[in-house]
Amino acid sequence: FALPLVLFSAFWGLVGIAAPWFVPKGPNRGVIITMLVTTAVCCYLFWLIAILAQANPLFGPQLKNETIWYVRFLWE
Amino acid sequence: MGSLFRSEEVCLAQLFLQSASAYSCISELGERGLLEFRDLNPKVSPFQRRFVGEVRRCEEMEKTFSFLQQELRAAGRVPRPCAESPRAPVAREALRVQEQSEQLAQELREVTRNRASLRGNLRDLRQYLHVLREGQRFTSLPAPLGSPPRPRALSEREPILDPSLHQHLERKINFVAGVIHPWRVTAFERLLWRACRGYLVASFVEMPEPMEDLATGESITWVIFLISYWGEQIGQKIRKISDCFHCQVYLYPESESSRTDTIAKLHGQIQELSVTLEETEKYLAEVLDRVALVLPTWRVQVQKMKAIYLILNQCSFDVTEKCLIAEVWCPVQDLTQVQDALRQGSYQSGSSVECFVQRVPTSESPPTLIRTNKFTAGFQNIVDAYGVASYQEVNPAPYAIITFPFIFAIMFGDVGHGLLMFLFALWMVLYEDSPRLRQGTNEIWLTFFEGRYLILLMGAFSIYTGFIYNECFSKATTIFPSAWSVATMANHSSWSSAYLATHPSLTLDPNVTGVFRGPYPFGIDPIWSLATNHLNFLNSFKMKMSVVLGIVHMGFGVVLSIFNHVHFKQRHRLVLEFLPEMIFLLALFGYLVFLIFYKWIKFSAADSMVAPSILIHFIDMFLFTSNAENLPLYPGQVPVQMVLVVLALASVPVLLLGTPLYQWCRQRAPRMPLATGEQEPLLEGQEARNSVNATTEDVESGGHSPDAKHLDFAEVFMHQAIHTIEYCLGCVSNTASYLRLWALSLAHAQLSEVLWSMVMRNGFVGLNYVGGVVLVPVFAAFAVLTVAILLVMEGLSAFLHALRLHWVEFQNKFYVGAGYKLCPFAFTPDTWE
Repeated sequence: FALPLVLFSAFWGLVGIAAPWFVPKGPNRGVIITMLVTTAVCCYLFWLIAILAQANPLFGPQLKNETIWYVRFLWE
Repeated sequence: MGSLFRSEEVCLAQLFLQSASAYSCISELGERGLLEFRDLNPKVSPFQRRFVGEVRRCEEMEKTFSFLQQELRAAGRVPRPCAESPRAPVAREALRVQEQSEQLAQELREVTRNRASLRGNLRDLRQYLHVLREGQRFTSLPAPLGSPPRPRALSEREPILDPSLHQHLERKINFVAGVIHPWRVTAFERLLWRACRGYLVASFVEMPEPMEDLATGESITWVIFLISYWGEQIGQKIRKISDCFHCQVYLYPESESSRTDTIAKLHGQIQELSVTLEETEKYLAEVLDRVALVLPTWRVQVQKMKAIYLILNQCSFDVTEKCLIAEVWCPVQDLTQVQDALRQGSYQSGSSVECFVQRVPTSESPPTLIRTNKFTAGFQNIVDAYGVASYQEVNPAPYAIITFPFIFAIMFGDVGHGLLMFLFALWMVLYEDSPRLRQGTNEIWLTFFEGRYLILLMGAFSIYTGFIYNECFSKATTIFPSAWSVATMANHSSWSSAYLATHPSLTLDPNVTGVFRGPYPFGIDPIWSLATNHLNFLNSFKMKMSVVLGIVHMGFGVVLSIFNHVHFKQRHRLVLEFLPEMIFLLALFGYLVFLIFYKWIKFSAADSMVAPSILIHFIDMFLFTSNAENLPLYPGQVPVQMVLVVLALASVPVLLLGTPLYQWCRQRAPRMPLATGEQEPLLEGQEARNSVNATTEDVESGGHSPDAKHLDFAEVFMHQAIHTIEYCLGCVSNTASYLRLWALSLAHAQLSEVLWSMVMRNGFVGLNYVGGVVLVPVFAAFAVLTVAILLVMEGLSAFLHALRLHWVEFQNKFYVGAGYKLCPFAFTPDTWE
């Protein structure tokens, strides 16, 4: 759980905080920086919600018996 | 940031133009397309304006041009659009164009008239020729050798009326020959029979080749008739009857030799006429060529000229009648360019005195100008579709570049569909310069093409959300191994094959150690797509996600209003409006977000039996009650909630009364010369206008300002009350409105799952070669339905809802959108209909 958290936070932090410093000067600098920051915030938040919602599940998946029989041997 | 952040500074300016060089100055300005001209003569009717004569002249020329174009089109030529756009012509040139165009039109008319008459003549001659030829057949048949006339029924081939026999019958036989429309033949025959009682012989035969009917223009096979009769009276009757039936009657010479002579002469005449007709057609083609060469340029030139004169009509003359004054909205950045253009114009017209531009202060609200490039134009368009930003208000477009595709993607999340959309948009973007794509006439295609960057981003974000939802054409992918271990559960609960056979469905229990091994690192675990209760989990996840994202989006909107307050120097609104709004939002809905995250982190399967319901806690918070069965999430929850609710309720009256009271206090203070920017230009701006249009309003506005301010206070208070109610109720309803993110993503997921299981899966049933062949039409059906239903229909639906969320829920936190766009005077490219 900790590893993905660190990895993704670092990645989106890079996109949203570090990358804006490297945008070349030009008429579109402001727009590009806005885009980078907004993308980083939106995508990071979305991923964070997805992983937190599954961190402590209150109930488990209910599977059909065929699925159990198949997955049991396939995925382990 | 440039002008995408807020509108550029636009000022009111006055142009002083010399009458002599006014035309070329405006032409120069039009070529550059910088300024918007204001109408200084609004009360003057179009027929009384100064340059109405010139405008009328332009319109006459345009009429001639349209006649020329009609002729071109009738001859089947397609005029090419003008390659480079020529400048507007000066007066001499315009005169020349007018003369030449009229001359060409005259020539064209004459030539077409000649051609028509020549054609008519030719037709006549040919008909006569046919009549004679066919008539020969009846009247030149040799008589059966010396046999007396037999009493046979009169038929067409009877040589009874051969003129060589006429001495036997001692009567003079005359002929009437002509051409009649085939539909009238039977009626004609009947009438002749009834009227002339057998004293005639009529023969009808069809013309060997069809000819044009001059009246209708269609090709008809005419019927030639030859009537032989004897007696004068009969002759007159016959002629009258033929007149009635609109027949073309020709002179039928009686003797054989004269007939052959006439035929020969006709041949000669037809030959000559054909030659003349050919020459005429050649000349016509030449004239049309000349027209096609110059018409496009002329059209553009005259259009520009007319536009310039319409602009000149909007200017007013100053007192000395030597100088034109024009009032324009001009972006401040472009003032030097404008001066440059004026200088060029004066130089071109050869006048010695220069025209100049002067900036004029005004308190009217200028138009909004936001410069966009091909990428940002699409996003600015969807923002402007709701309302153009008020002057210098913060522009939501740069944020919408990302948030709009992101919100779309939440509702559309599927890797496969997102990839298809992305590739489609990529094709459009890579080939955007191809003329074939640009010149489409289908409006729907053009709409898609204009939004190609929008669709590109929408597809890209959909791929990302598709990965998070773990949906690729409704199938989950196991990029990482699943976090739920079925084997451990089976071993723990000893699920033997026999046990499995008797229990159709079993649940994995996360309380058992080893079954749940930590959250799936990227997105939703693939085991959920195999589970029968996956909607239970997904619904809870998506609803909470929608609420969290909605509150973050709305909070961002409220924060954007800071920029507006600071820019318009209304810092009191920072404290009296922004702060209460933020407190209300955060205390109630920010707390809800906190509860959601807290429950996710703190509560796990161990206490799943007693896990509190956030919804019930939230409702109890408002009602100041508590439910014994619903355990608190953290110790001290009830007092914390009470404080928050009180704080939120306290911020409402501050929001309601703060700003109006503040403004009232400022007015009651001794009348100091207020800076003109202090009163909100957004609310009402009917102060003095320092422009040429200003009349006695200037003098009077100073007089009735005390009354105006009192009235204004009631209006301000009303406005603020509406704003408060809208904001507070809006916070609640808009938060719920964001649940559409959940609803649409659920619909999309279900639709794609249904499509897969009901359509595509049937293709995999047959596992032999036949099954392989069957797979092809099944896949075709699947593909068509995917594109039609899931991409087009769902895409449009998600687009619409994302748009609504932006326009209403996001923008009503800070956006006014009551401005109007700067429409500069520019020569638009001619559209060739």
